[in-house]
Amino acid sequence: MSNRNQIELNKFLTTPYSYGFITDIDTQKFPKGLSKKILKLISQKKKEPTNIECFRLKSYNHWRSKKFPTWMTLLFDKIDFEKINYYSIPVKSLEKINPEILKTFDRLQISLTEKNKCSSMALDAVFDSTSITTTYKDKLAKHGVIFCAISEAIKDYPNLVEKFLGSVVSNNDNFFAALNSAVFSDGSFCYIPKNIKCPLDLSTYFRINDKNAGQFERTLIIAEENSFVNYLEGCTASQHDKNQLHAAIVELIAFDHAEIRYSTVQNWYAGNEHGFGGIYNFVTKRGACLGQYSKISWTQVETGSAITWKYPSCYLIGTNSTGEFYSIALTKNYQQADTGTKMIHIGSNTKSKILSKSISSGFSTNTYRGLIKISPKAKLAYNFSQCDSFLIDSNSRVNTYPYIEMHNSSSKIEYEAKISKLTEDQLFYLQQRGFTFEKALELLINGFCKDILTKLPLEFAIEADRLLTLKLEKSIS
Amino acid sequence: MKTNNIILKIENLIVKIDGKTILKNFNVEVKKSEIHFLIGPNGCGKSTLSKVLAGHPSYTVERGKVTFFNKNLFKLPTEIRVQEGLFLAFQYPLEIPGINTLDFLKIAYDEQLKYFKKPPIDPFLFVNKIKKLLGELNLHEDFLNRELNVGFSGGEKKLLELIQVLLLKPKFLIFDEVDSGLDIDGIQRLFSIISKLKNTKTSILIITHNPKIIEYLKPNKIHIMIDGSICKTGGIELVQLVEKLGFNFFKKF
Repeated sequence: MSNRNQIELNKFLTTPYSYGFITDIDTQKFPKGLSKKILKLISQKKKEPTNIECFRLKSYNHWRSKKFPTWMTLLFDKIDFEKINYYSIPVKSLEKINPEILKTFDRLQISLTEKNKCSSMALDAVFDSTSITTTYKDKLAKHGVIFCAISEAIKDYPNLVEKFLGSVVSNNDNFFAALNSAVFSDGSFCYIPKNIKCPLDLSTYFRINDKNAGQFERTLIIAEENSFVNYLEGCTASQHDKNQLHAAIVELIAFDHAEIRYSTVQNWYAGNEHGFGGIYNFVTKRGACLGQYSKISWTQVETGSAITWKYPSCYLIGTNSTGEFYSIALTKNYQQADTGTKMIHIGSNTKSKILSKSISSGFSTNTYRGLIKISPKAKLAYNFSQCDSFLIDSNSRVNTYPYIEMHNSSSKIEYEAKISKLTEDQLFYLQQRGFTFEKALELLINGFCKDILTKLPLEFAIEADRLLTLKLEKSIS
Repeated sequence: MKTNNIILKIENLIVKIDGKTILKNFNVEVKKSEIHFLIGPNGCGKSTLSKVLAGHPSYTVERGKVTFFNKNLFKLPTEIRVQEGLFLAFQYPLEIPGINTLDFLKIAYDEQLKYFKKPPIDPFLFVNKIKKLLGELNLHEDFLNRELNVGFSGGEKKLLELIQVLLLKPKFLIFDEVDSGLDIDGIQRLFSIISKLKNTKTSILIITHNPKIIEYLKPNKIHIMIDGSICKTGGIELVQLVEKLGFNFFKKF
């Protein structure tokens, strides 16, 4: 790349993270490290029933017996699990939300009030280990929709929680799932009753503020027969020079003819341009299409995290059920992303579609890892996968690991992969037409991701567009 | 204001790429509303000249001076040169997947408006404007919803370059290998547009290695380029000479 374009590119790569501010606030924390005693403290603090306490203790035992996974293409220093605060909540002032936290969400342009009557989105805001507030609960309740913090659901809807918690991601599933199941603090719970199209989009905003606290949230969404929900997840974190751990679990359950659309725009702090700091993001997201003709669709835009380890997956159990995975992963500087999906076809006539786009720059590593498994009973199953990579400069690395396990002959799998690189001639052509470097890059990246951006709900599409092109940085400053 | 109407002046230009000298002491002057032809054998440096003028980053200017409307051209970044009126119609316009042709045209037009401190054009007005241009070129509107140059035939790519010319109204237009990829009808459409541009006082430099097409247009000057510099400049009479004797003959000059 020519000098001038390289300078422009460096500007793009070093745009500062604009959500990195730290909220100075009194917190209540449990001592660092993880033990049965800490788990009991969490349970006591949250006044949980014994079954949840038992769930935590069993998960803890599973976690102790598991080894840290090593199969992924990620390089980082060993995480010291004894140096993490597993529970950190802001001290409450008489049931009122701490004004500092209100200010924080204001600055993030996230509204915690219901003043906007036209809003089409209900929000659960999670700050470190606790849910701050959930908006439009009453309006949703009129339709029978339950949307609340999971710690409230544990108290208010114990039967639902007991039935479904850990039913898709077992507490023995993997190292991080076991860890989360032991220490999960808060997150969102959604229940959409039969025949209801959720009248508002539901969303959760996760904010990590504390320097030493890990965030271990847990989300559970249940869509009963013939229901529909659009769920959005956003996240940002304060900027610290050390890494913070985020290990979440998301479980989705869809019954007959139900549809869940789950979209994430992930913008955790990714570390600085030398690779220091940033969130270590180890997340287990999985949906079960239990009913016939059910559908689960994952859409993710990954721009943050120093490390991303995340494979939103679908168990396609009901006949004619559908799973979808749409992903854009943008990595720069020293970010490492190992992300993809698993589509497990169990029922007959099940379909899945995977569309993954990675954009890499700087010294980053961007890996797609995907499993398509078609069981003997999944007659006439069909999968289509497409993995495209776009390299902005020549120091970054792209890997694609497709795994295919096919156990019957009536099914079909199609797989396409493509790697393209930003060429000097393409840039020259656009610049000769009056496009600045920034505009040209923006257009190229948008063009590359277009078919996924159009899958996002409107608010998110705008946000994703901003993140990808970093316009937001400018509009804030 | 200078009175001699010279818009582009190239003096003693020496240009290298990857250590190899391509342009060797190149000189030329173009005045307002003139049409110049630059002809020469393959590999003589014609396309290099066009890219250097437009600001391709791969070339190194060793020596020489290019003045464009009394400004030092090499001080202007690529994207500013086009706003100042220098437009290069590419020999091989680039295919850019994912970018909608209409969006591309709109951004290019808006960037020009922005340069002249004007607000962006209303999308509906813009679509009408473009449709009118398509009509002039006898092109179907489907053109606009395709990805930029992707899967276009050679002729379609050239016609899209022409649409951009008509849209951005450059003051100085370089056509690199103007006729490549065009069929007879295409060439005729091209020439009718070039004639029109001449009336709008646009200066044009046409690069070709096919002297046959020159007679259609009435150029002010024809330059024969051999091995990195102009060896002969003249009028329409040079065409017959080249046709009779070939470019080799001029190597002696």
